[in-house]
Amino acid sequence: MSTNEALLQVRDLRKEFPVKSGFVIERVTHSVKAVDGVSFEIAEGRTLGLVGESGSGKSTTGYCILQLIKPTAGSIRFQGKELTELGREQMRKMRRELQIVFQDPYSSLDPRMTVGDIVAEPLEVHGVGGRRDRRARVRELLDVVGFNPDYSNRYPHEFSGGQRQRVGVARALALNPSLIVCDEPVSALDVSIQAQILNLLKDLQRDFGLTYLFISHDLAVVRSMSDDIAVMKDGKLVETGTADEVYEHPKHEYTRTLLTAVPVPDPKRMQERRVERRKLKHVLAET
Amino acid sequence: MALLEVDNLHTQFFTRQGVVKAVDGISFTVEAGKTLGIVGESGCGKSVTALSLMGLIPKPPARIVEGSVMFQGRDLTKLSERELEDVRGKEMAMIFQDPMTSLNPTLRIKTQITEVLDRHYGYSKDEAVKKAIELLEEVQIPRAAERLNDYPHRFSGGMRQRVMIAIALACNPKLLLADEPTTALDVTVQAEILDLLEELRREHDMGMIMITHDMGVIAETADEVAVMYAGQFVEQTETQELFDHPEHPYTEALLEALPQLEGEGIRHGRLRSIAGRPPDLILPPPGCRFAPRCPHASLGDGCAEQLPDLKPIRQGHLVRSRHPASQREAAVTA
Repeated sequence: MSTNEALLQVRDLRKEFPVKSGFVIERVTHSVKAVDGVSFEIAEGRTLGLVGESGSGKSTTGYCILQLIKPTAGSIRFQGKELTELGREQMRKMRRELQIVFQDPYSSLDPRMTVGDIVAEPLEVHGVGGRRDRRARVRELLDVVGFNPDYSNRYPHEFSGGQRQRVGVARALALNPSLIVCDEPVSALDVSIQAQILNLLKDLQRDFGLTYLFISHDLAVVRSMSDDIAVMKDGKLVETGTADEVYEHPKHEYTRTLLTAVPVPDPKRMQERRVERRKLKHVLAET
Repeated sequence: MALLEVDNLHTQFFTRQGVVKAVDGISFTVEAGKTLGIVGESGCGKSVTALSLMGLIPKPPARIVEGSVMFQGRDLTKLSERELEDVRGKEMAMIFQDPMTSLNPTLRIKTQITEVLDRHYGYSKDEAVKKAIELLEEVQIPRAAERLNDYPHRFSGGMRQRVMIAIALACNPKLLLADEPTTALDVTVQAEILDLLEELRREHDMGMIMITHDMGVIAETADEVAVMYAGQFVEQTETQELFDHPEHPYTEALLEALPQLEGEGIRHGRLRSIAGRPPDLILPPPGCRFAPRCPHASLGDGCAEQLPDLKPIRQGHLVRSRHPASQREAAVTA
């Protein structure tokens, strides 16, 4: 791998979901283009924020990168290797490097497993260390994410959403990955707790040199986390650039529509924004 | 006289684990044509407040144990279920967070709108349908007459919320309660719904209560705000004043915890988080409910022992804290 090659390079990624109709004799009538020719790259240690509204294809993009679903076409190069061409066993090894933090800490943790077992599972699956080493590693991981390691024998339902999301982050960190896909990691959390998790993700990135693909519908949250931004709509990227460029000088109409739609916590700005929003709506209506 | 005057409202849930003081002594007024915003995090009691006003709290286990809800000169807490039914949906109406679950999936939109008109006005079928079309047009649903025959699943989330608003508006209510009306919606759709509500509030001169967790929605919609924490109001004032001069340490922390959309160096900053979590409402701490998480509370200042009153710090600005921001500043400069 050359030094100036990005950690992750996605080229012309496509994912189509077939739509079937008919009873007994089912046939594919057409397909939904969930991801429709998406290209971007992320350099090591940076965060790309992928924003868009529901159904824009941002989560599907994340799942394709992790090979949790097979893309229909396109290339995903990670650490110089083409992920779409890897065999099962090679991909399994590669998963140590690629992890995910899910949106909902209520449904993404197995309720029948203790917190300790949840964090230890990836270590077991990949046969890392002996039993004792693993237990020590779990304590260390929980400590790193600010979860009291003494509670590792308890079950997820005993904890609040914020605490659970810390467990989800610890699990993602277990195998020392280089890239973490954060799929709406704070959307289910209250503002004060959301801030804790976002700060934690920032600290971990600094301390472990992590690279993030940060997926969210919340434009303010994405801005606080990202170096670069990709705005997604109907399976396509409509605008990409550094966070400052995209937020301060949006080029695409859709980006501007999104940005002026966000309610900002400032009543005076809000009046101005409402006017901008109206203008933009008229512009869009006329074109 | 104000449209709605709530005085010292207490709503409690009698559970096997104990009595949950979900709403613990809140007072406020809503004037015709004005919007009161109630903002707080999950479990603070904001939704129970709305349900209490509407007489929709599940009884049992819940009960309004104290306080009054004066609406157009009548105390709603004293009305029978029958009398309440005449007020609900007619004089005051409510829209809920999730338009997916608050519409009946097995009934056509037409049935769901005309039902209200039939119940309160006894409209004939033709009259009701005509009015229903007008309502759908008012909430800007295209091809209203055709869409009337559709079932809810044929509508997008935003369109469903418009249908909910049309039902709420059917009888021209004086007061509209909106409980997180845009939380389930995409941001561009949220903006449209908030604009629509604003327009309707002005045209109908309605009073409105906007319940939300989102300070941005408050900034956009409310004339006055109450910040709710652990069943109580901790700060209450005009919206601009709240954002310009937040006094309660909880309000300050909430505002600082918000990621910013506009500005420089956002990527490299850190957000302020609030340590700990809200107290258990079965056995809340005897003192200030925010004291265990408050950065300004210290031993021996009484915060942990005695609950501070909600009292004016300036004209029209109430705060429930021993350490409001302006007094802390004064102490530093002195």
